[in-house]
Amino acid sequence: MSAVVHGPGAPAAPAGPDTATRAKFLPYLLLLPGALWLLIFFVIPLVQLFTVSLQSQFPGYPGYYYRDVNFKNYWAALTEFAPHFGRSLLFAGIATFFAFALSYPLAYAMAFKAGRWRGLMMICIIAPFFTSFILRTIAWRQILADEGPVAKVLNTLHVLPGGHITETWMAVVAGLTYNFLPFMVLPIYASLERVDPRVIEAGGDLYANGFTTFRTVTLPMSMPGVLAGTLLTFIPAAGDYVNAELLGSDRSTKMVGNVIESQFFKVPGGYPTAAALSFTLMALILAMVFVYVRRFGTDELV
Amino acid sequence: MSAVTQSRGSAYKPSTGKRIQAWLADRFAMIAAVLVLLYLFVPVAYTFAFSFNNYKKSNITWNPEGSPTLKHWKNPCGAPGVCDSLVKSLEIGAIATLVATILGTLVAFALVRYKFVGRGAGNVLTFVPMATPEIVMGASLLTIFVQGFSRVGLQLGFWTIVIAHIVFCLSFVVVTVKARVQSMDPRLEEAAQDLYAGPTATFWKVTFPLVLPGIVGAAMLSFSLSFDDFIITNFVSGSETTFPKFVYVSYLRGIPAQANVVGFSMFVIAVSLVILAQVIGNARKPK
Repeated sequence: MSAVVHGPGAPAAPAGPDTATRAKFLPYLLLLPGALWLLIFFVIPLVQLFTVSLQSQFPGYPGYYYRDVNFKNYWAALTEFAPHFGRSLLFAGIATFFAFALSYPLAYAMAFKAGRWRGLMMICIIAPFFTSFILRTIAWRQILADEGPVAKVLNTLHVLPGGHITETWMAVVAGLTYNFLPFMVLPIYASLERVDPRVIEAGGDLYANGFTTFRTVTLPMSMPGVLAGTLLTFIPAAGDYVNAELLGSDRSTKMVGNVIESQFFKVPGGYPTAAALSFTLMALILAMVFVYVRRFGTDELV
Repeated sequence: MSAVTQSRGSAYKPSTGKRIQAWLADRFAMIAAVLVLLYLFVPVAYTFAFSFNNYKKSNITWNPEGSPTLKHWKNPCGAPGVCDSLVKSLEIGAIATLVATILGTLVAFALVRYKFVGRGAGNVLTFVPMATPEIVMGASLLTIFVQGFSRVGLQLGFWTIVIAHIVFCLSFVVVTVKARVQSMDPRLEEAAQDLYAGPTATFWKVTFPLVLPGIVGAAMLSFSLSFDDFIITNFVSGSETTFPKFVYVSYLRGIPAQANVVGFSMFVIAVSLVILAQVIGNARKPK
């Protein structure tokens, strides 16, 4: 592969029309394989999912559909599963908040305080991925179980409403927070790392105390990372069903992901409902992302 | 922990209370960071501990009789399915990482280095998969695999998993490599050209080595995402079983302790490889 690379603003290669045409087509050549892959295996499947979400069932034949433009699927799915949608957004929102609260000090310490320990800390954040997240979630189930240490201590202190952690929303939120924490830490760290420590020192030199410096200098400079981190945490958390399945209860903590999964695999004739729910979830999330990026965003993200 | 402290050269001596306060303020972030890291390791430690459990029926409660035992470590493939699913996960991770890294790096270069019609669309196309919940991606892929591609002979299984993993890894590779290319100093390449290096030489001698750490990082990220993926895999795998799927499916019957052995070993292997790479990198760096 021979690539003609121009630095931004560098003069074009001083050669004849041949090089010029090559430079013109090169970006498309570079883009083509990846873009084709995404077109065939991302865009087209979504289009197909959309057509499925509009299909109607043959009356009396569960599992058989015909092509249709039936928006009733959406209405039925949304009214029946509104609580699940609500839970997904609520649980994901709380988990994102906790993940942020836990991640910021960690990212901050890595960027400004860790010195030569930085590399090791980075490893510590990524390494748990390799102990499968399913295994770790099941481990949390045992740790938080009624006979486990956490519930026992809290129950001795009489501070646990209801007396259980697992099978409640608390365990689900705790699981979501834990599992998506690295997706919050890494972008915040990446944006803090780019902050020149001298800028923060300058805040101190201008007689701002530590907190004021943090609020007016450090935090705003890390906003692109916070933005990316909240999105990378919230989106997978809202679509997750593993935590609700393994840590939650059968009734009161199911999220929209659980419904989509069971409509696909367990309910005969559930395809259109599952597709309608998937599409609504995606539309909702894309809309939120759009508003969020508009409100706080930079174009660094895209 | 070595914290970077800067002392303000001033003559006045603060009171002891103030000094303790300052000491804590300086280390607050580091202390909090260590606590969060420990929290990240709690379930890993649990997994490790229960790999030594001499359990009877299911590996949920600790059996003091005969524990700790090394028998699961001596025979990690002893439980059916553990090693088969692990090998499948490693194979899928390797293929998906290779393809996603190559395609993603090419896309990243195109998007950063050139202005062309369709660049905006390219940016959006690579970003949207990251903003798509896994369950939606899984559901849409399952639909197209079942209703469309099975007619051309592509059945659910190993290759549909690989295809799906490449889709979500690709976006992460593009973002990671893009950031690296963007942060490169363009003057380095200009200098190379001033020194009469042709475009090809400039690319291979200057640009590529500078971007390489970003590409390696992207590949590692890809592999770990692919290796640990469950939701998308579960949708498109048919009867094929990866390691996370194996653990999930065997949860109801009880997960064999061999899965703990494998999970913890993968963790140790990954950490050792990264540390080794860093040590080699540091040794090579001119002092």
